[in-house]
Amino acid sequence: MPVISIVVELQDKPGQLLKALEPISKGGGNILSIIHKRDKMTPLKRVPVEISFYVKKQESALGIIESLKREGLSVKSFNEIRLLATTTVMIIGHIVKTDLSDTINRIDSTGFAEVVDMEITMPEVNKPSTAIITISATGNKKLEEALGLLKDVCRDKNLLMIEPVNEEIS
Amino acid sequence: MIRIAIVGFGTVGQGFAEVLMQKKGEIEKKIGKFSVVAVCDSRGSLIDENGVDLKKALDEKSKGHLSGKTAIDVIESVDFDCLVEVTTTDVYTGEPGLTHIKKALKSGRDVITSNKGPLIKSYFELMNIAERNGVKLMYEATVGGAMPIIKMAKNDLAGSEIIFIKGVLNGTCNYILSRMEQEKMTYLQVLSEAQELRIAEADPSYDVEGIDSAGKLVILASSLMGMEARFEDVEVTGITNVTPEAFEMAGSKNYTIRLIAEANKERKLLRVSPRLVPTYHPLAIRGTMNAVMIRTDLAGDVVVMGRGAGKYETASAILSDLIELYKTGSKA
Repeated sequence: MPVISIVVELQDKPGQLLKALEPISKGGGNILSIIHKRDKMTPLKRVPVEISFYVKKQESALGIIESLKREGLSVKSFNEIRLLATTTVMIIGHIVKTDLSDTINRIDSTGFAEVVDMEITMPEVNKPSTAIITISATGNKKLEEALGLLKDVCRDKNLLMIEPVNEEIS
Repeated sequence: MIRIAIVGFGTVGQGFAEVLMQKKGEIEKKIGKFSVVAVCDSRGSLIDENGVDLKKALDEKSKGHLSGKTAIDVIESVDFDCLVEVTTTDVYTGEPGLTHIKKALKSGRDVITSNKGPLIKSYFELMNIAERNGVKLMYEATVGGAMPIIKMAKNDLAGSEIIFIKGVLNGTCNYILSRMEQEKMTYLQVLSEAQELRIAEADPSYDVEGIDSAGKLVILASSLMGMEARFEDVEVTGITNVTPEAFEMAGSKNYTIRLIAEANKERKLLRVSPRLVPTYHPLAIRGTMNAVMIRTDLAGDVVVMGRGAGKYETASAILSDLIELYKTGSKA
């Protein structure tokens, strides 16, 4: 029986943990341990919580992850298909005007990559804004694919995309 | 006796002439006797088969243009062994350098150039002409000024295959970006400072739009990686839209921003664009410096750094080509 370990980021308020645990038990998971990583609090004040559980089949774990996401929880990692590769990119231009949520969605909807962190600075109305985005994907190849996708989006929206020069991924 | 014709007598040509005078003794120890038999600018020339007085040539040039035979006439009619082609770069046509270099190679003369245009336009054609005529075309000064890159990669890394090249190839852009980083100034503020310091031209577009870097990248990709690189194939993004906030935000993740030229043969990638560079990365250099990182199959990563432009810096690269060509024992 595979042991699955996931990390979800929860808001630091009552009732959040239950939101994460219900889909696991409904999906046939048998919870082994729950570890709150308060020392790794994210900039948005979310607490990463590592939950380990048994499932009968690997496939049911995928179903559980999907239902956690439907609950609006951010699943940071999953032991087998965990989001292994992470990179930072910068975008400059009229980011908000050109539909920021669409830009992010284009990455999130791939199923293999997601925007896990973002910071945006808007110095003045009508002046270009600057955003720094962290993208995670299931592997280096997928991360590159996601960057390629983001590049196309930026080209269409006339945004300047500044990619990292990290040798690992480029 | 090696007879040299200098074609192009602007900053680079004059710098080279000065260096030849200053270091005559040391150079002759390495390559034997030499003399400059012709000096040409865009209008005219000074010719003396027994050796042009370089000091007089520099004096005359300081008063205005030279007169007399044109560069083409000189190449066709004067007896010399080595053309030092240091006219101004035109990345689109390669002229006038392209014509000068072809004529010289076809008539059996070695050529040393600092002019990027001809190599960007016709690298493989020129190398073929040189080979067919049993002469050499040297071009260390075209990329990275004094930074030793071409001969280093060809000689010292001979036998290793280059997987990719990434570099900071334009000192002006690097100066602007590193000042924006340090002083939190806007692009336009730093640009005007750079123009005052004569680090940037009055029309800075050639540098800041990434054109100069793209040209150098084409030369590196063609000559060191055997890529059939064309200038039009380079994906180019300049630095004019980089905001001052970008540096602070990048800094919070331990990155800075630099204009990076990148060639990757396997991915058929030729790109010049602003990139997030980790602050510990060897390409995260400051000021007008240039740097290149080469990844090879055997030697791993090799990084060189040096001054990318300047009168004597460029002259040093031309001189190193001259010595490489004629050092005693290397050529009859």
